[in-house]
Amino acid sequence: MALTQPVSQPGASHLDLPENVVVSRLDELASWCRKNSLWPMPFATACCGIELMATGAAKHDLARFGAEVFRFSPRQCDLMIVAGRVVMKMLPVLQRIWQQMHEPKWCISMGACASTGGVFDTYAVVQGIDRFIPVDMYVPGCPPRPEQLIQAIIDLQDKIQREGTITGREFNTRQRQQRKRALVEIPQLLTVDASRNPNLQRQLAGSARDLHDPSDLQ
Amino acid sequence: MSSPSDTLHESSPAPTEANPHREALEQAYGPLEYSVYRGQQRVVVPAEKSFDVLALLKQRGFDLLVDVSCVDYLEYRGATDRYGLIYLLASTTSNERLTVRAFVNDPEPAIASVVPLWKAANWLEREVWDMFGIHFTGHPDLRRLVMPEAFTAHPLRKDYPLQGRGERHNFPVITRDHS
Ligand code: SF4
Repeated sequence: MALTQPVSQPGASHLDLPENVVVSRLDELASWCRKNSLWPMPFATACCGIELMATGAAKHDLARFGAEVFRFSPRQCDLMIVAGRVVMKMLPVLQRIWQQMHEPKWCISMGACASTGGVFDTYAVVQGIDRFIPVDMYVPGCPPRPEQLIQAIIDLQDKIQREGTITGREFNTRQRQQRKRALVEIPQLLTVDASRNPNLQRQLAGSARDLHDPSDLQ
Repeated sequence: MSSPSDTLHESSPAPTEANPHREALEQAYGPLEYSVYRGQQRVVVPAEKSFDVLALLKQRGFDLLVDVSCVDYLEYRGATDRYGLIYLLASTTSNERLTVRAFVNDPEPAIASVVPLWKAANWLEREVWDMFGIHFTGHPDLRRLVMPEAFTAHPLRKDYPLQGRGERHNFPVITRDHS
């Protein structure tokens, strides 16, 4: 907890506070409350959801961190945990649910699939939810162990305590998640049958050289 | 019309003992390509006669439509037709099974819907339409089954790239400012 020591500024010392009173900033108090009562929205679409359930269950006991109250209504949640791959048909649902959650809200992208699409590099699977909604924490793994998810929640709590404000100013100023991610497809070299096209073979050989150009590493 | 997979697997000719279904079919529709592979009976029928053949088979006791599926034989060795539709039939009384296949081709591959025969065909044919773009004429509700409604391609066709044509990136981006 980050409540600070009694102030020692010259002007304030004459207040003569009793011993059991501490003074802090309202922002820190609000963040302290928020971080210890995260209510997760379990957006579990695949196998990672099983580990999410394990995290909430008795052995790992997410209640120790104040985040055990899984709610199935976005209007009661402030932490979205996306556990599993999100397909094209699910993404509008994900966005709608995210928009229905009240500020302040945070998002954890759990597992390789939610973060990058994982092994499912196919036409139907969204290659990382952070292309379309803001994400605060990424948990690597396929699936991540419950300990990893707990670590992500602890890190998120640190983050909330560090930068949280009572008015949510940090969300306005941060300008997070701009359109900086590549939203255009990287040309799919493998889908083209290069063996029949000498021109293309030359191009591919050239681009492979570019990728491994040692001068890039300096 | 040749069945491509016959060039791959050695399929024995139909056993010489009497096969009542085969005889009934050939009596009605002339000689058909009938084969037995590891005890499974298969018959290839012309696409334009498929509905009548399947109706006859239903009369003959194949009361269960197990699956309707499709294979895209684009660039497949020895294939002469592009799409091979597969109907898996079973009889719940005699415990027989029969695979009926029919081939359709571009452009606008189409075949008669068998929903009037088996209601089970409804969603199965919708899935084949969604994935392969085979049009089932007479289907009561031929909508996409698994892909989003706005999707325009038929992704299990062999000439559709595995990573798609950028459909998976075609969504609005929600930033912190929007939400
Ligand atoms: S990251 Fe692994 S465990 Fe998680 S949803 Fe993807 S495939 Fe399943």
